[in-house]
Amino acid sequence: MTDPTPALSARRPSRRLGRQGLVQLLLLALLLALPVAADLTGHPYYVTLASRLTLIAMAAVGLNLALGYGGMISFGHAAYFGLGGYVAGIGAFHAFDMTPFLGGIPGSDNLLVLWPIAMLACGLLALAIGAVSLRTSGVYFIMITLAFAQMVYYFANSWPTYGGQDGLPIYLRNQLPGLDTQEPLTFFLICFVGLVLAMALTSRLMGSRFGAALTMARLNDTRLATAGISPTPIRLVAFVISAMITGLAGALYADLNGFVSPSMLSWHLSGELMVIVILGGVGRLYGPLVGAALFIGMETLLGGLTEYWQLFLGLTLLGVVLFARQGVMGWLAGREPHA
Amino acid sequence: MPEAVLALEGLHKRFGALAATDDVSLTLRPGEIHALIGPNGAGKSTLIAQIAGSLRPDAGRVLLGGVDVTGESVAARARRGLGRSFQVSSLAEPLPAIRNVMIAVQALAGHSFRFWKPVARDPRLVEPAMAALERMGLGHRAATPVAELSHGERRALEVACALALRPRVLLLDEPMAGLGPEGSAHLTELLERLKAEVPILLIEHDMEAVFRLAERISVLVAGRIIAHGDGDTIRRDPQVRDAYLGD
Ligand SMILES: Nc1ncnc2c1ncn2[C@@H]1O[C@H](COP(=O)(O)OP(=O)(O)OP(=O)(O)O)[C@@H](O)[C@H]1O
Ligand SMILES: [Mg+2]
Repeated sequence: MTDPTPALSARRPSRRLGRQGLVQLLLLALLLALPVAADLTGHPYYVTLASRLTLIAMAAVGLNLALGYGGMISFGHAAYFGLGGYVAGIGAFHAFDMTPFLGGIPGSDNLLVLWPIAMLACGLLALAIGAVSLRTSGVYFIMITLAFAQMVYYFANSWPTYGGQDGLPIYLRNQLPGLDTQEPLTFFLICFVGLVLAMALTSRLMGSRFGAALTMARLNDTRLATAGISPTPIRLVAFVISAMITGLAGALYADLNGFVSPSMLSWHLSGELMVIVILGGVGRLYGPLVGAALFIGMETLLGGLTEYWQLFLGLTLLGVVLFARQGVMGWLAGREPHA
Repeated sequence: MPEAVLALEGLHKRFGALAATDDVSLTLRPGEIHALIGPNGAGKSTLIAQIAGSLRPDAGRVLLGGVDVTGESVAARARRGLGRSFQVSSLAEPLPAIRNVMIAVQALAGHSFRFWKPVARDPRLVEPAMAALERMGLGHRAATPVAELSHGERRALEVACALALRPRVLLLDEPMAGLGPEGSAHLTELLERLKAEVPILLIEHDMEAVFRLAERISVLVAGRIIAHGDGDTIRRDPQVRDAYLGD
């Protein structure tokens, strides 16, 4: 054998794009081109719709790291999505009111301040929730993550300072120095960059040593422990990073809507994110984007015709679960070799 | 006598009314293969599980290199140099063979909280993994998903994974099971060479291999060690002939 490491040559990603690369490139190009075209032709509504799709996809990218790559079926990711949203909302609230937060911290409407805080807050919350939840597995893990998220939901519901169940308006979108975030296309581009970075991070992470350990934790944690790597810390770190990505998406989402309310924390949203990840393809890098596009697409197209559009969503989900184990992305781009 | 790399002291484990491990003490010394034989259900795998840390004994101690590890996790014991193979192979089925070995190399090389550098082409992981595979005659199967490997190849891969850890102690639970005469002979040869590097606690039903390889043999029946000694002693022991060798 001329190549001493056939494992490498056999699995070396070719310089050519291949079917999967082509599909991925096309998806990104479409996502970028449609809102630009809508903006040029004077349809800001569609730009905002694209921003929404992008942010839901980004939240699902976060969930996919835990659920798809890590095998941790979290039914509570709305907690991070909503918490991120509340960080944006509360920051704006105090900046607008010129009152301090918790008696001492000044408000801020600078996104460069709010985003790290949102991610930090979500990371800490996920650390606490993950540390407890990861003692369990299977159905118990699903239920305990749900229970924690519901606690956050009821907490937000009953905190009158920030609107309780009525939610909290953000009168002016938070600011990014040098950019006009009120401008729909500018805001879309910010969201787009966020999504691309989140996916790039996921891809890089999964190719690293950490990713190798996380993959093994999902596929066979006995093998991982037998090699001398404790599975739980690996899972916990992945869970925290996952929550931080979803939390950042939530912060952007609140700014997009100019509004944050407990509905961003509700279990419906956790469920929708799961549906999106499964639709798109569990553990597929572009799965969340495809899933979010399907979800928003059906909601927009069928939602106008019938209240029961989710019935069609359910049927699609059923089809995917039964016939396309790697989701729509697997169907579009072929099976993943290592999945 | 050199100090034991592995020592079990008075281990007890009950499953309800069943005494799966009943006051077991044994040692493993540098350079030797210590074979553990016994009929089905004698408690051999249960004993391995307690040594590896996946099962807590009710009483007794496990010492690795003189250190009491009874309270330590599976991963912590592996980091101390305990390598093992499973009776029913435990591998990541969808991954290529080499990925299963690389995770052991990665563990040996240090912690896994490295988030950036890709592993796929990292020679510090790939080369030692390749070496372990080649040693087990699996070099040409490195890129093949485990799910496509034959039974014998999986057994060999398990041993390769254990070897990649550069273990100080090796626990092998029926590595020859289902290998066929040729595979058994090959593995026997390999273990014979290996034992100078790393002492092995070997569970095996293939008596020919056991008598050829083992310096010492312990016979486990119903959770209890009923006989202990070199091959000749065991062959002649009436109790063993009665309970296990069956003649
Ligand atoms: N987790 C468990 N709970 C209850 N009983 C168990 C458990 N694990 C093993 N046993 C029982 O303990 C006894 C010893 O099992 P063990 O697997 O250790 O036997 P063994 O000597 O490895 O047998 P074999 O040669 O068939 O592999 C058996 O009777 C088995 O049914
Ligand atoms: Mg057994």
